[in-house]
Amino acid sequence: VYRRWLWPGFALPGVVWLIVLFVVPFYAVLAVAFGTVDLLSQPVPVWNPLEWNVGWVVEVLHRLAPGGTFSGLAVRTIEYVAISLALSLAIGYPVAYYIARHAGRTKNLLLILVILPFWISYLMRMLAWVNLLAPDGYVNRFLVFTHVLGQPRDWLGGRASTVILALVYGYIPYLILPLYAALDRIDRSHLEAARDLGASPFSAFLHVTLPLSKVGILGGAVLIALPMFGDYYTPNIVSGAPQTSMIGNQIDLYFHGGPQQTLGAAITVLLAAFLTALMAYYMWTIHRASRDLQA
Amino acid sequence: MSTVAETEAARRFSGWSRVRGWLTNPWGRPRFLVVVTWAYVLWAIVPVLIAVQFSFNATRSRTVWQGFSMRWYWGDPVDSVWHDPTLRHALVQSLKLASADVVIATPLGVLLAIGLARWQGWGARPSNFLMLFPLVTPEIVMGVSLLLVFTRVFTFVGTGTTAQILGHVTFSISYVVVIVRGRLFSIGRQYEEAAADLGASPAVALFRVLLPLLTPAIIAGAAVVFAISIDDFVISQWLSSGGATDTVPIQIYSATRAAPLPSTNAIASVMLLVTLLSLGLAFAAWRAFTRGERQTKAAEDLGVFEI
Repeated sequence: VYRRWLWPGFALPGVVWLIVLFVVPFYAVLAVAFGTVDLLSQPVPVWNPLEWNVGWVVEVLHRLAPGGTFSGLAVRTIEYVAISLALSLAIGYPVAYYIARHAGRTKNLLLILVILPFWISYLMRMLAWVNLLAPDGYVNRFLVFTHVLGQPRDWLGGRASTVILALVYGYIPYLILPLYAALDRIDRSHLEAARDLGASPFSAFLHVTLPLSKVGILGGAVLIALPMFGDYYTPNIVSGAPQTSMIGNQIDLYFHGGPQQTLGAAITVLLAAFLTALMAYYMWTIHRASRDLQA
Repeated sequence: MSTVAETEAARRFSGWSRVRGWLTNPWGRPRFLVVVTWAYVLWAIVPVLIAVQFSFNATRSRTVWQGFSMRWYWGDPVDSVWHDPTLRHALVQSLKLASADVVIATPLGVLLAIGLARWQGWGARPSNFLMLFPLVTPEIVMGVSLLLVFTRVFTFVGTGTTAQILGHVTFSISYVVVIVRGRLFSIGRQYEEAAADLGASPAVALFRVLLPLLTPAIIAGAAVVFAISIDDFVISQWLSSGGATDTVPIQIYSATRAAPLPSTNAIASVMLLVTLLSLGLAFAAWRAFTRGERQTKAAEDLGVFEI
């Protein structure tokens, strides 16, 4: 008996902690989103799923649908995340590829430099760009000096390009490391075999390296897409204008700006459902990829 | 006249073609990738260095360099990090949350990692699955759920320091688990089995054999918890009860949206220094405990989380 309960006993405190402070809180969001409100429009959570009121979630869905008040927000969020993800991959893949394959003696130095941004506060990295992009900041002065711009541009006044730059800058380190790990793991003998059989370097990359790094690409992409979908502080810091706000900003507004916590909770539930679907798709893809490799 | 122009053009052409040849030389290392990689590294780090530089600016500008001073650290009697009570409070609050987080999350995470690695019963898989969730849940979702649970269900907690600590521990545990579990897998079970064969009880094998072997991973886990806690913005903000419980990242956020002074850069630089120092310290301790082992897993223990 002692031995049987030993290891579960080790896991118990952590598991209980996560149930009480991760599972129960998420259930509380569901109870509020499917609950009712009192006369002061304060949320009244409903704990019994059989008595849930789907009204709020349906209302949010209506607003998210084309033509609704949130449809612009939803489209913009997906656009920003998609563009930032594509840019991050376009920059991150060559960097990870170089470090994994060709860096040689500089490999360790480059790895440290690539890991470094992890340990610099996200907010500080955003502050750095706010300084650089200010009306008399280095970016404007450089662009005016080189006559690219006639006069300083207001980069921080609600520009989509600035928000996307900030998202890429903020999340790309989290993409490069999984990509690096995936590329570093590829057995070089596969490549040598491809080259021996007459493949050009490019075709060896296309038919060997790229397919073998697919799981890493997807993993890294999911890893940064999930937090990007829930981001609200990045657009707030580098723009702050309604024309660049994302779905996270709406949640933030409902909780910190107004009394409609119920609607905020309903958006959160839908966001979580959407991200869970994304995650499930990713798991399914890895599952299929590992099955293909075994076959 | 025309010959001069021609040689000029030829020289320019040969210069360009040399650059292009250097970039596309198929026998050398792929130069194009060299350029992209180093350009990326510079782009990732130089803006932060410039932000640190402006924390030493002599005037109120964060964009025009006007000479070196320590004004924003302690020189200015009103707005410096040392003299502005808001900034000082934020610094204390950040350190308080991070220390509490390390003290609570590290043991919980270590126990959970050992338990999950050795436990084979029916509850092991769901528990493992549950442990992975906080790593992929966007912070805003955790922020909303913790705020609602502390204001609607566990109302005795409310918002403020206690709630912030509970929140930080919740998102930190899984990082410790992932790091410690990696080490557990690489150690394997043979040392414990040897101890058991020599007559050690499971408890003795654990404390005399397994824990000493796990020390490097525990140090790495504690350092990672400290760093992610001190850099955290979202959970701290959602669970803050305003003013006294604002952390440094919250101060940076609100100052950046209003009219930041170089003191914002200064406090951010202080936090950067604290984070890097604690990581350096952890790395030194880690080296001391893994002397004689292969020295290759350091970067992975401290930086790469494979989910």
